[in-house]
Amino acid sequence: MIPAIVVFVYLASVLYIGIFAFRRSAQRDKAEDYFLAGRSLGVVVFLLSLFGTNMTAFALLGSSGHAFGNGIVTYGLMASSSALIVPLSLFFIGTRMWALGKKYGFMTPVQMFRDRWECGHIGTVITIVQAVLLIPYIIIGVMGGGTTMNAISGGRIPFWVGGAIVAMVVMSYVFFGGMRGTAWVNAFQTTLFLLFGAIALGVIGAGMGGFGKAVSELASSPATSALLTRERVSPLYFFSYTFIPLSSICFPHIIIFCLTAERVQHFKKTVILYPLCMLAIWLPAVFLGVTANRAVEVPAIQAKLEARKTLATQSATLSPEQKTELRAKAAGDDILVRLLEHYAPLWLVGLLGAGIMAAVMASDSQILALSTMFTEDIFAFYEGKTRFGEAAQVRTGHIFVILITVIAYVIALRWPQSIFDLAVQFAFSGYSALMPLLVGALFWKRSTKWGALAVTLWAAASVIAVAVFQSIVSAPTPGAEVGFGSLFGQAIISRTAAGTSVFGFLPVVPMVIISALLMIVVSLLTAKPSEQTIRRYFRQTI
Amino acid sequence: MKGLWLALLVIVLYALHQDIWFWRTAQPVIFGFLPIGLFYHVCYTLAVCLVMWLLVKLAWPSQLESIEPSATEEDTAP
Repeated sequence: MIPAIVVFVYLASVLYIGIFAFRRSAQRDKAEDYFLAGRSLGVVVFLLSLFGTNMTAFALLGSSGHAFGNGIVTYGLMASSSALIVPLSLFFIGTRMWALGKKYGFMTPVQMFRDRWECGHIGTVITIVQAVLLIPYIIIGVMGGGTTMNAISGGRIPFWVGGAIVAMVVMSYVFFGGMRGTAWVNAFQTTLFLLFGAIALGVIGAGMGGFGKAVSELASSPATSALLTRERVSPLYFFSYTFIPLSSICFPHIIIFCLTAERVQHFKKTVILYPLCMLAIWLPAVFLGVTANRAVEVPAIQAKLEARKTLATQSATLSPEQKTELRAKAAGDDILVRLLEHYAPLWLVGLLGAGIMAAVMASDSQILALSTMFTEDIFAFYEGKTRFGEAAQVRTGHIFVILITVIAYVIALRWPQSIFDLAVQFAFSGYSALMPLLVGALFWKRSTKWGALAVTLWAAASVIAVAVFQSIVSAPTPGAEVGFGSLFGQAIISRTAAGTSVFGFLPVVPMVIISALLMIVVSLLTAKPSEQTIRRYFRQTI
Repeated sequence: MKGLWLALLVIVLYALHQDIWFWRTAQPVIFGFLPIGLFYHVCYTLAVCLVMWLLVKLAWPSQLESIEPSATEEDTAP
């Protein structure tokens, strides 16, 4: 129970930070103050919070779990590619969005799109697609809270209670503290998991008798030696993954967060230090995930390894239900918690559990982003602000925060997590396919609202198409593929154990390329915005 | 010209992410515990940090630093 008590202390601290931020707010009924912290965040909070906002439960727990099953390739797939693409996006797009927000008062990307392309309802379509792609993350966050509380308390706190506690805490500090509270909490959380990542690595490494021993044992066993190489994925698959981080800047909570910096210079340190933060979090997470394959003295991990072995050796004789059950048993999303339970002293498990909880609670900024989008892109745009005033707009934002949290909690209790895990995977590709919106608006004078609509509809349609394809064609055993169509001896579209591939690439590659082509072709075929608007965006500074 | 060199540097860095040369081997194991494929990407991340520093030093959009809220009618977003 000690770890659970430590986690409760942590949750209380987080709540206090949110309430403290509320007290520090001088203009509580001003939309810009509540949703963007008055565009006043300092450089340290901006860097730590932006990084924390990007590091979801998936980053910490999912990366260890992925590394447990796939090996060191996880770092190259997800960490080093993001370490390059995310800072580049912040450098080229984040800074320009910040400047436009400061100049014209934009609080969401859709406000900028509406102004830049002289459109109204097309902006609403973009808002809806962005919101639908974001909702699974919030649900996953609530589920992660319930699962982690349950695991840390040794099963004493049921999933529904754990989920409710985490949802209540997140809702409270977002409700009271708005962006300022969320940013401060995120900065605090990032500090925690930067610190605890290193501690976890040391403690578990010592418990396992040193990482050198673990790696040498992994290398000498034919069953695990491939985990130390990247032979389990193809180079095309590896290349495809570099398109996934394009989604980062397209997530509403990230691009909205770019508007909160007090000065554009705050981006400088963020751009430079972001790769180091990636290294500090992901290297321990991935390394622990890989070496967990030698932690056979941990009963829960031994059970996972046995489930994996059964899947690999008896797949032909297993029913689909048995395979699903075994896959769930072999999954490694709780691998960090299991390692900590076994190797760390109880008080440390609590502290490290708090670090894990910090990552799980990244849904705060997504809840706030949805609230900002609803109040700015829908409520204010359709005259709500004019009719009822700014204070009513902020109150609407508050109510929306409660509503979205309650809905996410109810869904989290009723639906299996696997559905939302899958939805999150699709959402990454969907947001990557929305990248031409930002690039077109900021860097291409000739881009039009019709090009933007084509991009948005394509992103939504392609996500749905991949989801339908994967639900119709069941996954083959690992290593096998079910191909459809053929061109130059290569299957056009294939169902693989991990998902779908198009000409050997992940679907995100054609999704982004076609999206960019649609922006170019449709824009060239349709009328551009007025010269006055184009001049405002391109004549001088931005 | 400076911009062109920096663009080229970023493209080369992107290409270097696709390190097919260490694909199927874990050897050598650096410091006794880091397989070469993982060590390469750790070094890669540090190299990215260096290139970002160069971008900030040499290609920072300094024109954005003087941005102020728009005041004129023509310049105001609807």
